[in-house]
Amino acid sequence: MEHVALWVAAFLTLGIISFLYKDNPWYKLCEAIFVGISAGYWFIVLFWDNIVGKFWVGVFPPKELNDVGELVNSVEPDYWLIVGAVLGVLMLMRLIPNIGWISRWPLAFIIGCTSGLYLINYFSSNMMRQVQGTIMPLLGMNYELSTYDIIGNIIIVIGTFTGLIYFYFSKEHKGWFGRAAKVGIWTIMITFGASFGYTVMSRMSLLIGRVDFLFGDWLGLIN
Amino acid sequence: MPNIGVSISLLVIFGGLAWLLIRSISGREVDRRIIFVFIFVAVAAPLLFPITFQEKATSIVRDLFDRIEELPEGSHVLISFDFDPAMAPEVQPMANAISRHCLDKGHRVIFMSLWATGQSLMTTTLTNVILPEFPEKVDGRDYVNIGFKAGNEGVLNVIVSDFKKMFPTNVNGVPLDSMEIFEGIESCADLDFIVALGGGRPGPKEWVLFVGDPADVPIGVGVAAVVAPQLYPYYPQQVIGILGGIKGAAEYESELTHRRERFADMETPGLHMMGPQTLAHLVIMSFIIIGNIAFFRKKRSGSDSR
Repeated sequence: MEHVALWVAAFLTLGIISFLYKDNPWYKLCEAIFVGISAGYWFIVLFWDNIVGKFWVGVFPPKELNDVGELVNSVEPDYWLIVGAVLGVLMLMRLIPNIGWISRWPLAFIIGCTSGLYLINYFSSNMMRQVQGTIMPLLGMNYELSTYDIIGNIIIVIGTFTGLIYFYFSKEHKGWFGRAAKVGIWTIMITFGASFGYTVMSRMSLLIGRVDFLFGDWLGLIN
Repeated sequence: MPNIGVSISLLVIFGGLAWLLIRSISGREVDRRIIFVFIFVAVAAPLLFPITFQEKATSIVRDLFDRIEELPEGSHVLISFDFDPAMAPEVQPMANAISRHCLDKGHRVIFMSLWATGQSLMTTTLTNVILPEFPEKVDGRDYVNIGFKAGNEGVLNVIVSDFKKMFPTNVNGVPLDSMEIFEGIESCADLDFIVALGGGRPGPKEWVLFVGDPADVPIGVGVAAVVAPQLYPYYPQQVIGILGGIKGAAEYESELTHRRERFADMETPGLHMMGPQTLAHLVIMSFIIIGNIAFFRKKRSGSDSR
């Protein structure tokens, strides 16, 4: 059975890689299998975890025998879950064109809740603490920083200010302001370059993983 | 034999690149498929004829290692597997190395996942690393697998104040209340350290936003390289350390093999992958240089002819 799985995995891997030569039916088959399996997998996972595991078990908890031998709920039913289930059903109204607008209500609920949930955490973690992390003593709290760290801090300060200047369009980018904006765009470009480098490394890791599978697990050429 | 293989591979790759340079300079088009072949050879050659590099941990990786090293024995460490098979080549080596390190130090490890696909990868770590290498460790006392829970940030928002409300049982249905490992653990605030592994949403960033900062719990992260730059602004105030991509995994493995004798001969998939990574990057950099040379020559010859 393991051998069959290996051959199927190799067939699908090579099929997807074959797209690099050109689009072909083998690739299309593998793509369709991937999309189909993914959709099926997520449907089953979400059905058993959300609809059964959360909603059904939450509203109709399993029964158990108490001390006097009566069948009682193992935990208190959580009827608030019915509200979530109704909102979920309303979302499906999108499939009926005449009353499709009803699906906006659960959508509005989701967006509202998510915004509320994120607002405080984002403000605290991504704004206040980031500002706090940027405005720091250049030489350390007790002048303990090494030359390397001090240079790093100076670069952070210059990069942050000049980067902000680049995005300030109410004043023409001329003279010292223009030169600062130029430093800002260089800072941004270097950041993008580093980010691109990481992306290349990530994609290469995927390729290495697949080639390792083909040569190692499938063909047995790697010890 | 491997050295001959490496030499031949390098000769083929760099000989080919020289041919590409001459072809580009003479103004002839290069088919994109030739570039794919180069990348494939650059990745395959070091896998077939292994090239290994010595990795020295950078401070951002060493900080995470040191934090786990310095925690007192018996500390509660939560490791969250928030990734899928697409990220596994990069993140699984980190997961294995960190799990080994934590258990060897005698910490109590709680494994969980916010991604459905993370559960099977967590099982891979448990089956391939923990069960064979730590047979003395007891499930429910030294480590526990509480599995996956749907709800993304909602799950984090609950466990930050009440762990057992979201996870009443472990993955096998055993109540957490009956487990020794959960004695004194009511919420994430009671944990000593959290390691968030991932690269998508929800992932390490959400752990910082919804658990690390509000509950003031130290967090270390291991991420797929593609999202590593997004995590750097959180270091060192909001995250203790970052393992970025396979390079981060390799550095952690190197630190583990050098500083903990027990793991001197352990499998190091991260280090193993750095050979192909390095060669592939060299080839890509060569392409960029060749492309630029061809571009500027073409530009100059264009301006000359005018």
